[in-house]
Amino acid sequence: MIRFEGVHKWFGKLHVLNGINLHVRAGEVVVVCGPSGSGKSTLIRTINELEPIDEGKLFVDGTELSDPKMNINRLRAEIGFVFQQFNLYPHLSVLKNITLAPIKIRNTPPKEAGEQATALLERVGLVDKRDAYPSQLSGGQQQRVAIARGLAMKPKIMLFDEPTSALDPEMIGEVLQVMKDLALSGMTMIVVTHEMGFAREVAHRVIFMDNGTILEEAPPEEFFINPRHERAKQFLKQILSPMH
Amino acid sequence: MNYRFDWAIVTSGKYFDWLVSGLYVTIKLSVVSIALSFLVGLVIAMMRMSHVRPVRWFAHGYLEFFRNTPLLVQIFFWYFGSYKILPRVVNDWMVRQDFEFTAAVIALTIYTSAFIAEDIRSGVRSIPKEQMEAARSSGFSYVRSMRYIILPQAVRLTIPPLINQFLNLMKNSSLAMTIGVAELMYQARQVESYTFKGFEAFTAATVVYLGLSFLITGLMTLYDKMVLQPIKGH
Repeated sequence: MIRFEGVHKWFGKLHVLNGINLHVRAGEVVVVCGPSGSGKSTLIRTINELEPIDEGKLFVDGTELSDPKMNINRLRAEIGFVFQQFNLYPHLSVLKNITLAPIKIRNTPPKEAGEQATALLERVGLVDKRDAYPSQLSGGQQQRVAIARGLAMKPKIMLFDEPTSALDPEMIGEVLQVMKDLALSGMTMIVVTHEMGFAREVAHRVIFMDNGTILEEAPPEEFFINPRHERAKQFLKQILSPMH
Repeated sequence: MNYRFDWAIVTSGKYFDWLVSGLYVTIKLSVVSIALSFLVGLVIAMMRMSHVRPVRWFAHGYLEFFRNTPLLVQIFFWYFGSYKILPRVVNDWMVRQDFEFTAAVIALTIYTSAFIAEDIRSGVRSIPKEQMEAARSSGFSYVRSMRYIILPQAVRLTIPPLINQFLNLMKNSSLAMTIGVAELMYQARQVESYTFKGFEAFTAATVVYLGLSFLITGLMTLYDKMVLQPIKGH
């Protein structure tokens, strides 16, 4: 579904992605973790070309991103992206946030789009907020709407860029629950997160990044119990018991 | 002081009718110019932010030129000078439309659009770049992201400075009297010439302009309350 082959990216002199090789199959749930500045956000942002790559090859859903004939807008419509800061459209109601892209891009009739949106809101537990505006919702509710917005395009892939990092602790659970349900429904997902509980329970694979490279790639049970790299051990220690 | 006020001349009869017809022309001139200057301002703002350099330069030149020359000069230019450079068809069209009125609309529109364009541009720049990212990642092209997501927010944020521009335009429309557009100020002047009741005539004009200003502010504030509140939160 997604394949990185020797991908490099620089921000000026900073080598943010340094020879990434990664293959994510359809239906797989991959969690990416690592210290800040390790390139994990950049990694998933290259998949829908929010960040274009400088070198190497990147295949998404059968098309190569650097192919000049590739239609990026069409590809992006197949990929849901959930941001750390939700980025809902503040001038639109919850319902319209969800239906805008299906109506304008997929040409879904408004009535049908509305029904689908309502079904999605039911799935994330926010039907009663249909007509509210984003500013009237809590962070956790906004993020669940953002997930519904991504799903409204019936994407083949869902990408999550630290979806719970901006949330108050008591709201993290509700968002993770929605993501967990989604993972169990068979969605192909790449999730950048430090929620190790989520990784342990749901992920098929955990990827640990540092300095723009993938240091470790393993099933969660293996990664948590027996990380190979010193850097990964250190990271896990810090994240699982931050007081030490 | 033995001046005898005679308010009756501006509140009834022939002179009252003159003032009312002036008010009608002022409103028509303002409404047409406000609508056009907003549209032109929007286009210039987009051009100003274009990725194509010559387009950006053209818009920049337009802004600097029309913002930095007096409106009166521009009105005179369109009225006395434009027929020498404009194509014949355009000229003929303008003459058929009531030349004075058209020249005034063009001058007011172009002059005000330069200010409005800058207001809209700063509105667009104040929208977080993540909004564009969210729109693009849903599959919207740059232009459609602007249209559905960025501009609707930017224009709402631009409302307060736009009120100022619309007020200025409405007040500036009084300059159209200099080329013979029979708007409110022109009519007040007429009343004064015929009756020597300058105080009453210009007081009446002042009150009407004030009323129009409050009307514009009121309408925009209402819009702000009904449309903006849910966005800004409460």
